[in-house]
Amino acid sequence: MAIRERLSGNEAVATAMKQINPDVVAAFPITPSTEVPQYFSQFVANGSVDTEFVAVESEHSAMSACVGASAAGARVMTATSANGLALMWEILYIAASSRLPIVMPVINRALSGPINIHNDHSDSMGARDSGWIQLYSEDNQEAYDNIIQAIRIAEHKDVRLPVMVCLDGFIVSHSVENIELLETEKVKEFVGEYDPGLDTLLNPEQPVAMGPLDLPPHYFEHKRQQAEAMKNAKKVILEIAKEFEALTGRKYGLFEEYKMEDAEVAIVVLNSTAGTAKEVVDELREKGVKAGLIKIRVFRPFPVEELRDALKHVKAIAVMDKADSFSAAGGPVFVETRAALYDAETKPVVINYIYGLGGRDVRTNDIMKVYNDLLEIVETGEVKSVYNYLGVRE
Amino acid sequence: MKDNKKVTITTETTWKEITPGGIIYEAGNAHNYKTGEWRSMRPIWNSEKCKQCLLCFPVCPDSSILLEDGKVVGIDYDHCKGCGVCVEACPFKVFDFVKED
Repeated sequence: MAIRERLSGNEAVATAMKQINPDVVAAFPITPSTEVPQYFSQFVANGSVDTEFVAVESEHSAMSACVGASAAGARVMTATSANGLALMWEILYIAASSRLPIVMPVINRALSGPINIHNDHSDSMGARDSGWIQLYSEDNQEAYDNIIQAIRIAEHKDVRLPVMVCLDGFIVSHSVENIELLETEKVKEFVGEYDPGLDTLLNPEQPVAMGPLDLPPHYFEHKRQQAEAMKNAKKVILEIAKEFEALTGRKYGLFEEYKMEDAEVAIVVLNSTAGTAKEVVDELREKGVKAGLIKIRVFRPFPVEELRDALKHVKAIAVMDKADSFSAAGGPVFVETRAALYDAETKPVVINYIYGLGGRDVRTNDIMKVYNDLLEIVETGEVKSVYNYLGVRE
Repeated sequence: MKDNKKVTITTETTWKEITPGGIIYEAGNAHNYKTGEWRSMRPIWNSEKCKQCLLCFPVCPDSSILLEDGKVVGIDYDHCKGCGVCVEACPFKVFDFVKED
């Protein structure tokens, strides 16, 4: 029987880590992810895990210690947010290009400056090209479920890439919700014993050197191989989701389609805002409006073909970005979603809303405004503005 | 398994064959890397002028002064980067230092 609990997002994440019992956790606290290493260090102190906990002096060191431990052959986890993730920046690339299956909850938070500790997605979006797989989670349950699946995805022989599991700071990380936990034995059985293979720094049978100098004659080939691993990840993510569904009854894909079968207008969004938007979809459906929603779970690798198929029949789409990439042409999710639709036979109208920056509240009436804008576009056929800001004072 | 992986990565190695993350299975493989390809100036050793004082040998940063039975016999052009330290160190002006073709 699954265990019914009431946990905050950070507790859910730390609980998943406890049940996984990784070999090494190296972490530095930063709001709003502080509680993850805090809870976890208590598990270590209480002896409920036998993990080596490395208390480092910065996030740069945290990820460096993770890289070293993972290269040595350990199953490794850490957690961070915002500026902490930004400080890991160069080591994120080293973890990914060295093909080290590190799993890291990222509790999404705005990046300074000005200093802001509240939720948006500018941290993980800034790391989107670092070669890490990125999973996004709407609520505590999904964060917990994603972390357990992330271990298997990262370590799969066709992938061998690090995975970020993103969830919204405070909105999810500090909100207590009902959650269904797996029994620890089932988690252990699902993630299995980690087999790092022969290529580890601590394998006396086969000495290796890792992290070499890689000049123009070879670097490109390594990047191409890394890109292939990212392509492979899509299939692996779906296979593992199927196994997880058989175990828990909870279904995961590359994205969630909410009332999309006959949708004429739709929002594409990540993380907790999807919950708010579903409420609005329900409200609109009651009025007979054909509204739908797509919540992207897997942002890296980006599900180009699948999204195109799910969206091509929709007349008008709003992509919501909780991060501005300052391209002066739209946020990151917008740009990629719109590019995915370029090959569709019928091209829907796709507009962008930058929203919720620095923890600005996003309420159902904000989302309702977006759907109303889309309905107006469908009715008039006229797009007033492609690139919009939602909830900023004009 | 061990022997299969002792691959020498060359400029012919494709992305499908290259080792993940550039992992290296072979000790001392820097020898296979021809730093001589960087050279723009080439030192030419003239055997008839050489007094075998061996002052060039310890200063070469690439161990490219070739010795046999304690005597200089030539230059390892696979690894000589053409830095010219040997040319400077030689008191007898044994080396010509010429442009690489």
